[in-house]
Amino acid sequence: MKNHNMFFRIVFCSLLRRRSRMLAALLAVALGGTVFLGMGAVYYDIPRQMGREFRSYGSNLIFVASGHALTLNLTQVEKAASLLPADKVIGLTPFRYETMYYTLRGVTVVGTDMASARKTSPYWRVQGRWPEKDAEILLGMDVAEQTQLYAGASLSLEVVPRTGEKFVKTLTVSGILRSGGAEDGFILMPLSGLEALMGEAGTASVVEASIAVPGEELAVLAESIRAGVPGIAPRLVKRIADSETTVLARLRALVYLVTAVVLFLTMICVGATMMTVVMERRREIGLKKAIGAENKHIAAEFLGEGVLLAGAGALLGMVSGWFFARIVSLSVFEREVSLPFFLVALTLLTSLLVTLLASFIPVLRAMDVDPAQTLRGE
Amino acid sequence: MNILELHDVSMVYGQVAALRNVSLTVSPGEWVAVMGASGSGKTTLMNIIGCMDRASHGVVILDGEKLSRMAARDLTAIRRDKIGLIFQQFHLVPYLTAVENIMIAQYYHSMADEKEALQALERVGLQHRARHLPRQLSGGEQQRLCIARALINCPKLVLADEPTGNLDEDNQNTVLDLFHRLHAEGSAIIMVTHAPDVAAHAQRVVHLEFGRIVNDAPRAPHGISSGEPDKCAVGNMAK
Ligand SMILES: Nc1ncnc2c1ncn2[C@@H]1O[C@H](COP(=O)(O)OP(=O)(O)O)[C@@H](O)[C@H]1O
Ligand SMILES: [Mg+2]
Repeated sequence: MKNHNMFFRIVFCSLLRRRSRMLAALLAVALGGTVFLGMGAVYYDIPRQMGREFRSYGSNLIFVASGHALTLNLTQVEKAASLLPADKVIGLTPFRYETMYYTLRGVTVVGTDMASARKTSPYWRVQGRWPEKDAEILLGMDVAEQTQLYAGASLSLEVVPRTGEKFVKTLTVSGILRSGGAEDGFILMPLSGLEALMGEAGTASVVEASIAVPGEELAVLAESIRAGVPGIAPRLVKRIADSETTVLARLRALVYLVTAVVLFLTMICVGATMMTVVMERRREIGLKKAIGAENKHIAAEFLGEGVLLAGAGALLGMVSGWFFARIVSLSVFEREVSLPFFLVALTLLTSLLVTLLASFIPVLRAMDVDPAQTLRGE
Repeated sequence: MNILELHDVSMVYGQVAALRNVSLTVSPGEWVAVMGASGSGKTTLMNIIGCMDRASHGVVILDGEKLSRMAARDLTAIRRDKIGLIFQQFHLVPYLTAVENIMIAQYYHSMADEKEALQALERVGLQHRARHLPRQLSGGEQQRLCIARALINCPKLVLADEPTGNLDEDNQNTVLDLFHRLHAEGSAIIMVTHAPDVAAHAQRVVHLEFGRIVNDAPRAPHGISSGEPDKCAVGNMAK
């Protein structure tokens, strides 16, 4: 198959030995590839997580006690939790509110699951560290200000347990909490610690849940809990769930738009370069025709150069797109991004498609070249 | 049978009549020089004979094939098979080496064959330049390369439009020597030239004036006389 060799030789030499304008087209394709793969990787991988990340800006479902009861039974809460799709539950955080006394003034102490609270309220900022033991507490910012206490200090609280005499307990401040919400006025401690102090376990005042499902689905889940688990009144935190969906939809539209615009610009750039190249090479085209090339030869050679260009550009673009995706992903979403194979194939295909589309008119122009006219040059 | 017959051929570009009622017959192996002032229609004539253009009027018969009615595609095929083109500006593909410039003509014709292409280079004395790009060759070398390319597919008719127009005397003589060898091997040659001393090498000189043939004179034969084309020294013989 010697003639195939000759074809590749013509195409390669044309690209390699000419001080090639095609470089501009190559860079255009590379840029297109970068954005396509970069956006694709971020868009493919992140959005599935994005729902989680967004929803985690506050809970979107809360449980309170139904009827006249003041507290939730945690076994009932577990039953309710079993009705939720486990893989969609980002966090399920119980909060138990009790009043204790510090220098004779009442202060609200909140018992919660610290690990879970970090998930359902990721915007909480802690100066110092989160409590790890039952005797460690977080001071809300406002409380810290009033008491002039800081991380590492100790604090004595007067506790009135459910049964028995009141007593004083000394606890260690592990950190100061800034929540931007009501918690700034509270003292937080591990639920197990609070249960031990109060001499009663298994209850909560409210449970906040963050669940990564769309609004309508969440409503259905809430309804099934209301009907299926007595003692629990689920409530949707509507506003947040809605804005999440809107933000996601807008983000998706933005990704599509940016990608489409970039691909379009890539096509224009490749097309313009190809056009210039064809114009510059009219003599060569005329000569090839004069020595016997048919239009199919001319078209094949230009398209061959296009395909090679697209391949090389796509490869370059994929490498830089991968870095781009990683950087965006790490800095914006604080997570690693994965690269599915289909995205690599899709980037290559898209580059080819864009280049071939862009080459269409230039190749027609090349086939139009009249050898008699171009070689006549006096 | 004649290799070329033109009957009453005219070529009109808009208002300009580049050729008017030209009739011309060329026998196989004949070497014809075409002379005339600039703008007299020499290149136009060569383009029509070379299947690069179609005449506005008249009949052109090349090696028994009537060109006047052919589609551009068929003209390309005929040009490829029967014609070897040599230009005043040595048109070469700038990014292909000397040997590749010959192979590309083989490739469009039938099958690229490097060995044969190298033999063709040897024939014009360029074997040591095989891997050089056109811009690394002198004008004379480029024209010799063009000649080697024109001959690679064993054309029955070689068309050369002012082949020595851009060459100094030494190179002109080298090229003319090649033409003599070609002629001796039996190729028909039509060669456009300004220079009487170049035209003197041909067997016959045709004068064009304002698109008309005004003088068609045979010259005293010299060198080996022509006969039937007998062999193709270099080329795709096995086809
Ligand atoms: N494509 C064209 N359009 C219009 N006029 C042309 C074209 N090609 C050639 N001519 C005219 O035809 C005449 C003959 O040109 P040409 O064959 O190139 O002459 P020569 O080769 O003898 O110098 C000239 O007057 C030239 O201007
Ligand atoms: Mg001319």
